[in-house]
Amino acid sequence: MSETISETIQDRALRVIATKQGLPLDRVRPESTFEELGIDSLDRLNILFELEGEFDIQIDDEQAKQVTTLRQMIDGITKLVHAKAESSPAQ
Amino acid sequence: MRVVVTGMGVVCAAGQDQQEFWSFLKEGRSAIGGLSLVDANLLKFKKAAEVSGYDAAARFAPKELAFLDRFAQFALISAAEAVTQAGVEWTEEVRERGAIITGTSLGGRRAEEDGYWELFHHKRTRVHPLTIPLSMSNAGASHISIQYGMQGPAYTVSTACSSSAHAIGQAFWMVRSGMAPMAIAGGSEAPMFLGGLKAWEAMRVVSNDTCRPFSADRSGLVLGEGSAILVLETLEGALARGARPLAEIVGFGMTSDASHLTQPSFEGAERAMRKAVLDSGLAPEQFGYINAHGTATLANDRTETAAIRAAFGAHANRLAISSTKSMHGHALGAAGAIEAVASILSLRHGVLPPTANYTSPDSECDLDVIPNAARTLEVEACLSNSFAFGGLNAVLAFRKMP
Repeated sequence: MSETISETIQDRALRVIATKQGLPLDRVRPESTFEELGIDSLDRLNILFELEGEFDIQIDDEQAKQVTTLRQMIDGITKLVHAKAESSPAQ
Repeated sequence: MRVVVTGMGVVCAAGQDQQEFWSFLKEGRSAIGGLSLVDANLLKFKKAAEVSGYDAAARFAPKELAFLDRFAQFALISAAEAVTQAGVEWTEEVRERGAIITGTSLGGRRAEEDGYWELFHHKRTRVHPLTIPLSMSNAGASHISIQYGMQGPAYTVSTACSSSAHAIGQAFWMVRSGMAPMAIAGGSEAPMFLGGLKAWEAMRVVSNDTCRPFSADRSGLVLGEGSAILVLETLEGALARGARPLAEIVGFGMTSDASHLTQPSFEGAERAMRKAVLDSGLAPEQFGYINAHGTATLANDRTETAAIRAAFGAHANRLAISSTKSMHGHALGAAGAIEAVASILSLRHGVLPPTANYTSPDSECDLDVIPNAARTLEVEACLSNSFAFGGLNAVLAFRKMP
């Protein structure tokens, strides 16, 4: 169950990044580095903004600064999404 | 040092390049139409001079567009046309010492409005992270600098409706003084967003008819948008590299009314014209045409007429004057640059563009305003007037190349 959710989160996150960067989806992998994808500091701000909207989460400035790879970004988002699911009452 | 214009680019309601722009001007064809970029139901005025048929996606890649407000897009488009026409040689000196000066009144305030709209209207808690780089007024200058790798002086002037005339004048003086071997100068504006148009509506100076400068039945200005950019360099440098000068820029005059925020004074405008003529080293009688500020507000048109009479005396009756805003609208911070291009094209073609939409004479605007039809007339030199809210005046003087 949890595995399925995190896969979905990963797919969604990668899609957001690919769209924002104007890259084909198959080029954007969890193990890609920002450098490989030509993601600079301004692009990162853009991507963080889109990811916050996509998942309805808030990514802390300090947390965001720690992130250096896509894998870390996806892991961070997954944690935030799970935390949100746990804190909100079941529908 | 003599300074010449070797390249020009323009994008406005009346044409998306120099050629199309000139065909509008010489045919006296007004590009003013219905407002479409903003829901006209929300505004009292319904007319605008929009760059219709403009397709940003055809001009820029999606990734580029994300970083460009409409005003910066226009700046890059007209800069590209100007640089291409000038055939700029990208020497190390040009890249290191060449200047970029852009003018804009509002900059990317549209991008700012988008962000604030989410905040205030949709009660969102965050604003898009590119809001600052999109909206900063220097975005046009910065993008041009990045595009061409120009690493010298680059900045932006914001003096409302005189912005780009100030920018070109400043660039002219920089090249003339030897401070910069060449300069890319002009301005851009994209004022079609709800908050901005509402602010203009509240000023009660926008026409719901059309722009009829100097005409007795005028009813105010019509807002326009777009950009124009010039490439300036020394005559010597241009000839040495085999470039073809389009016109000489001979004078620049700037003054402040120091009187009222929005009510223009004829003395301020008169002094700016006198200074431009003096700076040019030409006699007033050598000037045959003035591209007027001519906004079609009562205050401007009568004050400008009085100022021209005061500056030129009896010669005012022999001057031909027109307001091309009747065709391309009032593009605010881009107006001075768009009208500088109109002025240079007029000198080059020996055809003076008309004041379009003119119906009946106003006894207090009794100069020869070239009503409705262009006039074939070779003139040696011309002025291009820009007078801003805040009382800041900038006048450029151009001379035909022999």
